[in-house]
Amino acid sequence: MEKQIKVNAIKNGTVIDHIAAGKALRVIDILNLKGNSSVMIGMNLHSNKIGKKDIIKIENRELSANEVNSISLIAPESKLIIIKNFKVISKSKLQIPDKLDHLIVCPNPNCITNLEKVKTKFKVVKKSPIVVRCLYCEKKYAADDVKVHI
Amino acid sequence: MENLISMRDLSKEETLDILKNAENIEKGRSLPNLQGKLAALLFFEPSTRTQFSFDTAMKRMNGNTIIMSGSKHTSQQKGETFADTLKTIAQYSDIIIIRSPIEGSARFAAEVVDIPVVNAGDGSNQHPTQALLDLYSIKKTQGTLENLKIGLAGDLRFGRTVHSLAQALSNFNVEFEFISPSFLQMPKNIKEDLLDKNISFEESTEIEGNINDLDILYVTRIQKERFADPEDFEKVKNSYVLKKNMLDDVKNNFRIMHPLPRVNEIDTEVDNTKYAYYFTQAKNGVFTRQSIISMLLGEV
Ligand SMILES: [Zn+2]
Repeated sequence: MEKQIKVNAIKNGTVIDHIAAGKALRVIDILNLKGNSSVMIGMNLHSNKIGKKDIIKIENRELSANEVNSISLIAPESKLIIIKNFKVISKSKLQIPDKLDHLIVCPNPNCITNLEKVKTKFKVVKKSPIVVRCLYCEKKYAADDVKVHI
Repeated sequence: MENLISMRDLSKEETLDILKNAENIEKGRSLPNLQGKLAALLFFEPSTRTQFSFDTAMKRMNGNTIIMSGSKHTSQQKGETFADTLKTIAQYSDIIIIRSPIEGSARFAAEVVDIPVVNAGDGSNQHPTQALLDLYSIKKTQGTLENLKIGLAGDLRFGRTVHSLAQALSNFNVEFEFISPSFLQMPKNIKEDLLDKNISFEESTEIEGNINDLDILYVTRIQKERFADPEDFEKVKNSYVLKKNMLDDVKNNFRIMHPLPRVNEIDTEVDNTKYAYYFTQAKNGVFTRQSIISMLLGEV
């Protein structure tokens, strides 16, 4: 039954699978889901690979590069699956980019990006667990401690 | 090198080039001529010494300065953006030297204008010309930056100067002794960066007895305001005051540095010993800044 829901629920769209259990809502937060797409969220599902997982399915929607980067930051273990006409077109592990531009809100209130009209630029300085550094104020943050622009 | 924003941007070779050029200037082997060149000194927070040092550096090379000072990025109040202020000033001048309480200001300035920008301090972040003049002073007194043991004493938690210096020295083979009250220790992320570069350090809580194997002791001030309970400050303050009688067994090449201004963390009796180096260190700041400005303007 579970299998049927997973595979058949979407005709065209995007599935974000293998999200670490509990992180689905954070992922939903950063996706721009206004509009016509229907969205299904599964939480704490059984997974052979990682024990428990979350899953998100979005109908009739492909993700922007920015959205994919955001997901790679907060749920780097997840997989992106593109579905067309009920078929899996592509299945990919997320790649954490070396740079994240215009994506993260710098948590430092005294950073110029929070005080002037300056778009943020971050460098990924460690990949597991992810640590990023602001190019402007040069402070380092764990991925779990930063917010992304929606 | 197009700008000097952060020690993080400088390779070891670039760092040594700046120091070499400073040495050439000090010894009169190089006489950069900046006649007709104008530096804009934008000081959005007061720092008389740093401003004087840059002003002197320009004028020693026949250059000139215009100075804008104020407590904020002032023109914003008239509705002009910081970016527009910078672009306008870049029309008048050949190089911008900027000091601001806002972290990242200098990096942003360098992106906005097409003339060289020097960071003269951005909040708690970077002060690369201070770090370079400190390196120059260490090299001048020790003849090298390799295989030295360097003590940093005082407020190591909030002190930008000691953070930049530790970072700058981590490109060389050095050992550190961190001397501070336990709650003003060197921050974890800086210690991690040092360990990543295989730099070793020890930590101790008083100056006395911990300086005899050092080549350099860098003293900084501990501010009373950092202590929640003034009594705690009273308890520890004497452990971080350097006195003449503590110098009986130090190495012959030992030197004491301090970014200045000093309050009472180095007893004035120490000034007359051969170990005191802090006033010469300030003078070295002018040579180092001359070196940086002349390199950025292509007038070496
Ligand atoms: Zn920042």
